[in-house]
Amino acid sequence: MNSRLFGIALLTVSAAGLYSAQAADVSVLIRNFDYSPMELNIAAGTTVVWKNLDGEPHTIASIDGMFRSPALDQNDSYSFTFNKPGVFKYICSIHPKMKATITVR
Amino acid sequence: MINDRRDVLKCLGVGAGTLFTLSGGVFSAFDMAEAQPADMGTPLFLQISDTHIGFNKEANPDVIGTLNATIDAVNAMPNKPALVLHTGDVSHLSKAAEFDTASQLLSRLSAAELHVVPGEHDVTDGPGAEFFARFGKPSNNRGYYSFDAQGVHFVALVNVMNFKPNGLGALGDEQLAWLKDDLAGRSASQPVVVFAHMPLWTIYEPWGWGTGEGEQIAALLRRFGSVTVLNGHIHQIVQKVEGNILFHTARSTAYPQPQAGVGSGPGPLVVPPAQLPGMLGVTMAVADKKRRVSLLDSTLS
Repeated sequence: MNSRLFGIALLTVSAAGLYSAQAADVSVLIRNFDYSPMELNIAAGTTVVWKNLDGEPHTIASIDGMFRSPALDQNDSYSFTFNKPGVFKYICSIHPKMKATITVR
Repeated sequence: MINDRRDVLKCLGVGAGTLFTLSGGVFSAFDMAEAQPADMGTPLFLQISDTHIGFNKEANPDVIGTLNATIDAVNAMPNKPALVLHTGDVSHLSKAAEFDTASQLLSRLSAAELHVVPGEHDVTDGPGAEFFARFGKPSNNRGYYSFDAQGVHFVALVNVMNFKPNGLGALGDEQLAWLKDDLAGRSASQPVVVFAHMPLWTIYEPWGWGTGEGEQIAALLRRFGSVTVLNGHIHQIVQKVEGNILFHTARSTAYPQPQAGVGSGPGPLVVPPAQLPGMLGVTMAVADKKRRVSLLDSTLS
């Protein structure tokens, strides 16, 4: 009797652990002076990971000042978790013609 | 007189050691091999640019080595200028260690005075704390300021902290107002030298090679008899003459960049190692007895 109850309790704890798991990271590549993808749609709580593949450094600088990376050398990464819904435009502060948008639902 | 096509090409800066004299807006080219030292005029300043200390990729794995070689070559010149103007991108990633190394290396120049304006690589942290901690004093950390030396009025501008949406550099309203005020009432016969990192005229808008207020700045400078505008950023020499204004971008001491529109963007250009020194260099300015400013571009090899 005791062992069966114990078994059920264990299962419940495991299920709760699954429901509180984070959304998977989403990747943005910086390549040939472009953010790829340029338009991203994600759920609140998602972490976006940028990686710079260019030989030239780039940054990720949100227009509204919410997030700003340091200068990313080739193969450097930067990540930011978007907890609130909204539309977030950002540019590269070194090459401001590079633009992208992240929409968070 | 420009006699044949070869002279025209020399005037365009293809070939190291070409001396230009700007006289009332008309270019005359002199072959360096023929010009006597006495004809060159008094060295006024050295323009050095885009040292990118911290860069270590294929286009140049040793930017410290090429900067040191450049400094050695300048120190070996018989007539050295008293002023050095660095037109920005001192560092590659705005890091403290990069600025420290750059400062140490630049202090090897025998010239008495170093003036520096920031490039966009120097202020990637936003306010440019590391840059201004080292080079902000003359401008009280505003980045822009002016001074007089040897009868010439020098103006340092910052156009990398206020980018326009189209990607061009910008001064911003406050700095533009300061510039107007700084130039007002000055004698038109005093030579003016303006230095800033991004080109102050539009060379290639798709790559952000220009400054939003370029036309307004040129309008303020037009009344002066001799104006030299010195920029960096594009890692190659591009020049334009407009009336009494000579616009000039310098080579980098670190790595070359592609010509406008060639390739996906203005990144480092990889060339065969033997070709690299010929694409790096500095610019010497000399003043003649009438205080007309001429520019001499030279390369590492």
